[in-house]
Amino acid sequence: MSFLDLVPDWLLIHGPAFLMALPLIMAAITAILPNKRVAWTSTFIVTAILTLTAFSIALYNVEVGTTLYKMGGWAPPHGISLVIDALNAPVIVLIAVMSLLTVVYALPATVAEIRPNKRAPFYAAFLLCTAGLLGMVVTGDAFNVFVFLEVSSISTYVLVAMGAARDRRALSAAYNYLILGSIGATFFVIGVGFLYMETGTLNMADMARILADLDGGSRVAKVAFGFIIIGLGLKLAMFPLHTWLPGAYAYAPTPVTTFLASTATKAALYLLLRFTFFVFDPSYAYVADILMFILVGLGVIGMVFASLQAIFQTDVRRMLAFSSVAQVGYMLLGIGIATTASVAAGYLHLINHAIIKGGLFLALGAMWYRFGITRMEDFRGLGQTMPLTMGAFTVSGLSLIGVPFTAGFISKLNLTVAAADAGWLWAVGVIMVSSILALIYIGRVLLLAYFQSPPKVNGVEVARNEAPIAMLIPMWFLALSSIFIGIKSDAVVGAATRAAEFLLGAG
Amino acid sequence: MSDPEAKFGRDPHVLLRVIAKFLIPLIALFAFYVQFHGDYGPGGGFQAGVILAASVILYALIFGLTEAKKAFPPRLIRYGMTLGVVLYGGTGVVNFILGGEFLNYSNLASDPAAGQHYGILAVELGVLITVTTVMIAIFYAFGSRQPETSNEDW
Repeated sequence: MSFLDLVPDWLLIHGPAFLMALPLIMAAITAILPNKRVAWTSTFIVTAILTLTAFSIALYNVEVGTTLYKMGGWAPPHGISLVIDALNAPVIVLIAVMSLLTVVYALPATVAEIRPNKRAPFYAAFLLCTAGLLGMVVTGDAFNVFVFLEVSSISTYVLVAMGAARDRRALSAAYNYLILGSIGATFFVIGVGFLYMETGTLNMADMARILADLDGGSRVAKVAFGFIIIGLGLKLAMFPLHTWLPGAYAYAPTPVTTFLASTATKAALYLLLRFTFFVFDPSYAYVADILMFILVGLGVIGMVFASLQAIFQTDVRRMLAFSSVAQVGYMLLGIGIATTASVAAGYLHLINHAIIKGGLFLALGAMWYRFGITRMEDFRGLGQTMPLTMGAFTVSGLSLIGVPFTAGFISKLNLTVAAADAGWLWAVGVIMVSSILALIYIGRVLLLAYFQSPPKVNGVEVARNEAPIAMLIPMWFLALSSIFIGIKSDAVVGAATRAAEFLLGAG
Repeated sequence: MSDPEAKFGRDPHVLLRVIAKFLIPLIALFAFYVQFHGDYGPGGGFQAGVILAASVILYALIFGLTEAKKAFPPRLIRYGMTLGVVLYGGTGVVNFILGGEFLNYSNLASDPAAGQHYGILAVELGVLITVTTVMIAIFYAFGSRQPETSNEDW
């Protein structure tokens, strides 16, 4: 590990606390920085450091296995511990990398979308959101999860509402998200409260041990599990609880949409994995029932129904938002089948979908930046007017459909094989149907962009007007990583398999 | 706000104002009692911050938002929110630099118990500052939304 030799030991040992302390403190400082480039520069440096830290922590985790950090020197179960294990290390890297890409992209995007006096608060809220997401992923304490969930959610409501400078509907979308998100967080904390009542501890590893001793626990533990599933279901946009999502994604500023789509729902999905397989265990009858009937059922309905809704959208942002709900269905299906291979496939799709949807939303934001378009019919001729942006959109879009040699293909293939191995042949059929629906809604955009000529303004065809380089770099980075994963998937598939084996044991 | 003395010949809120002037320092003092009592018993930065903010809010209610904003300018409030967080987080960073875990105050002094004492003092001070300023900021934000109650409406 040559890279790890370059990283100071201090960072490897204290990295988990550093990951959430740095953005948290810098968010407070950024809030009072002058509004020009200073706020952006400091945010950029912070996210770059976070990315490096996240990478070194993840590599270190592969080398030494699970590490535990005692916050404030207080040993668990009484103190708060930060745990890095095979399950959360990849998610940490994902969040850190996406925050860095979003900040690079935000340099031109905020100029167009955020009022000048709101730019420093925008970056402050963004860092706070990053701190919350990283915090809820690294912590090993169930109540701490709730605290960081709220930190990230509340800053997200602010970020979504900042889209009001562009479209006033952002305010109602943010309010809608606020109400539903708060209900979700409340349900989650009620569930944690019941778990505390049952086990007398808040440390997740300790909870898991006590629940196993109690053989799944009494009715209190069952109620706790129900509340936690519904609370997290709201946060991760599980099918019937997704109504906040299209509005929030469509009207938030474009960097925020990208960041939300690729991290916020993914962190909630990580928590779902953590609670269903780590704190609880699928060997308890009630957990197995919920996995089998609720998660799989809703996931499958969501895959088909949300894809159908996506087809009938006229606004491309809303189309992609509904597509996100459908893609969450794939992950829920993988989690619900509950074999090591299927959980690995669901986890793989979690990472891949973040990369794919991030790339799509970035490309869409660049199109809005240049031409102010979001409606489907305005995409005519974009293949000529913005070839590079449309190229990135196409690559990510094909990956979303699941064309071979893309990330989407790898995760869908793994999921299909896992479902078939478990004997769930009907699920294979649903995956195919949903993929065809994805082909229809992405294909509509591609047809308009490549096989129609650009619209005429005052009798002259719109000229080529490519997105700025600061937008093209993150967009193509995601598009190319999508292809890279499609061709050489060892690293990501390996990480997903390690995570699944950590949760369920090998085989 | 029109000058009430010109209209009514005297200050119509004289009772309120005199009693409030008497109470506000006491409320602030109680806030600090709760703050420092927090080391040994119930209390602490959060409760103290709310009480301290309540004294400012009472001042604003009695003497008007404009007067309150003169005494506690919104600019300062904004810096206060940051200062508190930085004080809290900075304590943790100092612990980092001294080679301990984040927020492990034991290394702040040669005696771990004394270190814990200093650490919790600094952290609670940060909480006090942030909670006070955030409470006042919320009050200002809501108070500034509509015109103040005119003297005729009392």
